[in-house]
Amino acid sequence: MNPELPPGLALQKVDERIMTLNVGPQHPGSGHMRIIVQIDGDFIVACDPDPGYVHRGEEKMAEYRNYITNIPHLERPVIHDSCNVLYPYVLGVEEILGIEVPERAKYIRVIASELNRCIYTMYWLAIYGIFLGHSTMFMWPAGDRELLIDLMEKMTGARVTHAHFVPGGVRNDLPPNFEDVCLRQVNYFEKRIKEYAAIFYDNPILIARTKDTGILSRQDAIRLGTTGSVLRASGVDYDLRKKEPYDVYEELDVHTNVMKEGDSYARSKVPWLDMLESCAIIRQALQKMPKSGSVRVKLKPNPKGKGLDSVYKRVESGRGSLGCYIVSDAKPEPYRVKMSVGSFRNLIALPYLLKGEKLGNMPSVYWSLNYWPVEADR
Amino acid sequence: MSVIAPNFKFSEFVKSILDNLFWILLIFTLVGIPAVQIVLFYIEMPVIDGKLLTPFLALTWLADPSRTLPILKAFMNTDLFRIAAFPGFGFAALIAAGTIFVERKMLAKLQLRVGPFYCGKVEGILQLMGDGLKLISKEIIIPAKADKPIFWAAPVIFVATAAAFVALIPVAPGWVVADVDVGLLAVFAIIGFFPIITILSAWSSNSKFPFIGGIRALHQMVSFEIPLILSLLGVVILTGTLNLSEIVESQTNFPWIIFLPIGAIIFFITILAELERIPFDLPEAESEIVAGWLTEFSGMIYGLVQLGTYLKLYAFAALFVVLFLGGWTGPMIWPPFPEEIITDGIVMGPITAKIPGLPVFSQEMLNGVVWFVIKTVGVIFFILLPRGVFPRIRIDMLLSLGWYKLIGLAFVNIFIALGLLYAGVLGPGGIL
Repeated sequence: MNPELPPGLALQKVDERIMTLNVGPQHPGSGHMRIIVQIDGDFIVACDPDPGYVHRGEEKMAEYRNYITNIPHLERPVIHDSCNVLYPYVLGVEEILGIEVPERAKYIRVIASELNRCIYTMYWLAIYGIFLGHSTMFMWPAGDRELLIDLMEKMTGARVTHAHFVPGGVRNDLPPNFEDVCLRQVNYFEKRIKEYAAIFYDNPILIARTKDTGILSRQDAIRLGTTGSVLRASGVDYDLRKKEPYDVYEELDVHTNVMKEGDSYARSKVPWLDMLESCAIIRQALQKMPKSGSVRVKLKPNPKGKGLDSVYKRVESGRGSLGCYIVSDAKPEPYRVKMSVGSFRNLIALPYLLKGEKLGNMPSVYWSLNYWPVEADR
Repeated sequence: MSVIAPNFKFSEFVKSILDNLFWILLIFTLVGIPAVQIVLFYIEMPVIDGKLLTPFLALTWLADPSRTLPILKAFMNTDLFRIAAFPGFGFAALIAAGTIFVERKMLAKLQLRVGPFYCGKVEGILQLMGDGLKLISKEIIIPAKADKPIFWAAPVIFVATAAAFVALIPVAPGWVVADVDVGLLAVFAIIGFFPIITILSAWSSNSKFPFIGGIRALHQMVSFEIPLILSLLGVVILTGTLNLSEIVESQTNFPWIIFLPIGAIIFFITILAELERIPFDLPEAESEIVAGWLTEFSGMIYGLVQLGTYLKLYAFAALFVVLFLGGWTGPMIWPPFPEEIITDGIVMGPITAKIPGLPVFSQEMLNGVVWFVIKTVGVIFFILLPRGVFPRIRIDMLLSLGWYKLIGLAFVNIFIALGLLYAGVLGPGGIL
């Protein structure tokens, strides 16, 4: 036996009762990753998440492109949440280049990022439904998501990967009559997602299955460094839109949803409550937005940084805090771009939560962590 | 250009037949004739007008219009027809195919989508045929480490067992393949056979996910068999018989669901568990164990298992109808046969055709079949419905439901039946 094999491949002497299961990457319940699970009967003894199957080197790629051409590829890690993924990068580049963004563009950014948060959360919710064997909960969010995708298409011209945020504002102004259409669609969307409670969140079988499973206590949630809905489901009131308001969030009334239980049910319910909150924020932003004005500051072609400089910006994405660290020198390309994503921080909690759980709880606990494999691998 | 499916040419087809004529004749002689004789030896041929109806005689008489109907009726009285066509396999497979189509369309309506749409002109009605053709044309992949004979045999035994279950169901008065006096016991025996097949197929594929699925199926089926059997005891106590046809006849005035609602509910829940329908589809839980004990099946082997599953679904729904909803009994809604056709004959222009042997089916039988089908389809609808509403439950919740709640309720149901029997209201010799 070769002792230099990596730990996942080395032969281990284990108890005969224990069976090692490779859940993924070719598995309907894993996503683009592998979870090595050791089970004793129906109980999980150990769990070793193994991400990295969709590593695309986005950070290295960013060092070879200038500040503007980085935009389309940096949103690829989470195409459903592309505005939020791009948001910290754009904020950081604006600080490096010293650009002041017009007021109207800031509101458009807030509307776009809240719409994108809903689009991402609907996709996540659809997969959560099918992971629990609830096929209606797969089809309904996937269908209702189209409403908001149509809105984004009107706004940006693309259905999924928008590339709408640019340093200095947004790419295009809103189309005429967008405010009315947006208000109508968002109101209908809110009414529609409130109906999900009856079939999903108040479903007795769902409650019996996910209550008191995979409990992440308040101390553990802070200690493990989880963010976003996972942290808020464990009773920590932490939302970057309120703690470190960026753009115009300090002028808007943002209410965060906190649940104390810290179990799978709470973790699955907080994103749904956040969607309702997003609808309220969109309505406020539509009301307060300046009705006319510039939406983009003209940049010089091929803008350069002033010298050795670094900036760290973070925003609240659909999966938690999403940070972007940019180091610039006096060149058109950034010296280094590093993304700190919420998915990977939340995945760290998985081995702790799954230890001692039943195998049947694995999909619900795993997906309730609001984890997006492609974002974690970048 | 694809070389897989060359164009069909009739001349080449005839030429290939002529080239191989010798071998075709040889195989027909060596295999066909003994096979026909073996079949003739085992099937009882009917006697019409004192003559034994051999196949040659039947072909001759079919040309004579006045002889056609008696031959058809004689054929319908054979066991072959009963097993293959009407109360047996063909009828059940037809209802099973309809069930698959209705399930897809109904679930699609529930989930705000369209469902099968393009295959066939009307609402994708030929989708099932397309899927069947796809499964037949696919390669059957067998895992290298599988125990091959058992792996091959398990789906076939599964379909055969489901078909044996179908054979016990009385559809109309006198129309049942196997009218045995211990019908309900035979049903229990067949239900007890399914977990064995499941664990055999799961174990023989020698893979981890099927193995976990098989163990789950074993737990689920065994622990729900007990409440299933106990929930039916109430009916047996009140009717005093195990024969399914007699149980149906005892419900001419009222179905047992009126007096034994708890038993009916328990039986319905256990049906869902035995059929591995959502919310009890743990043995096939996709997000946990891929497809459970079906993971390694491919091609037509998988198709066979699906066929068996839907035959089983029909049989369980029909059993619910027979035991609790009164089977074929119901108000007479089928119009009576017009007598003047027998006396006067059918006038077609200048010709008046007199057809002896009409009517083919009696009014009671057709009415019974209509009521049976209506009730069965209704029960199947309620079996399909939870799939759109509930998520999957967990194995510990399932076992506690089966062992604690359902068995206790089944005893409550038995006490209700005993109370009704001792009060003298119902049962053999009761006043109702």
